[in-house]
Amino acid sequence: MTDDHGHEHGHERGDDHHHPSPMTDVERRVQALEELLVERGLVAPDVLDGIVETYAKDVGPMNGAKVVARAWVDADFKARLLAGGTNAIAELDIGGPEGRDIVVVENTPEVHNVVVCTLCSCYPWPVLGLPPTWYKSPPYRSRVVREPRTVLAEMGCEVPESVEIRVWDSSAEQRYMVLPERPAGTEGASEEELAAIVTRDSMIGVARL
Amino acid sequence: MTIDANPAITRMEGPAALPRDNGELVFDAPWEGRTLAMAIALVDQLGLEWDAFRQHLIAAVNTAPDRPYYESWTAALESLAVTHGITDAEDLRRRAKAVVPPE
Repeated sequence: MTDDHGHEHGHERGDDHHHPSPMTDVERRVQALEELLVERGLVAPDVLDGIVETYAKDVGPMNGAKVVARAWVDADFKARLLAGGTNAIAELDIGGPEGRDIVVVENTPEVHNVVVCTLCSCYPWPVLGLPPTWYKSPPYRSRVVREPRTVLAEMGCEVPESVEIRVWDSSAEQRYMVLPERPAGTEGASEEELAAIVTRDSMIGVARL
Repeated sequence: MTIDANPAITRMEGPAALPRDNGELVFDAPWEGRTLAMAIALVDQLGLEWDAFRQHLIAAVNTAPDRPYYESWTAALESLAVTHGITDAEDLRRRAKAVVPPE
């Protein structure tokens, strides 16, 4: 497994150095804007780098993946997470208004959890980013409650008959996130490597790792 | 340096909503990230609410609904800069023309 640490891209223009392709009109405008704003002291290039980094990496399901990976490697953290999701998640500096009441439900060999919001589209934003389109769709919202096994199978998630499926209905007060089972064969993996294999869908419960 | 993503930006909905894949923001080219970051930095520097930029963005998207999202974003950034007296359309045109491609 590889991770992206150690790449110091800076401006991410690296590969073009050897065969500069003509700049598009919009690329010219963007560069002109940057030159202008830097010249006026309104933005600093390293600040822009930091913003890009934050928005590209720190928004979305990566936060949830970090939480899951930590729970897999740290039994005490996992116990705190299952006892009170919001506070444990806050230990990783993740939180925010939509993360007030996150309840984490654990998949086990006997139980598979799946999350829905039957009324609207309540979703634990701080850990999972924006909800996928299907999460808000009426068919998912109504059918996953009535026939979860069928809906999951249709989404490519086969849950063995012997495993009980529990469906959790989110609300504005209580939002759920699934703690997937740690896949076999990952014993030697680092926390960062583990986080990289956790998908958004596995934390909604419509996929197994 | 740590900065937190601003929910007013990440949760924009409708025509202004940021393009995503699997919940994460997608940038197809480095310039898309630059233009995103510049708007965020400039709004902050000017002491504006995010909504000020969002209004320019919605207007830019509505002007050309089929235009790629970050091109509309760039048009919105230009119009924000013009509105706040940082530049004008002619200056922007001249500067874009004079841009030297990075070596």
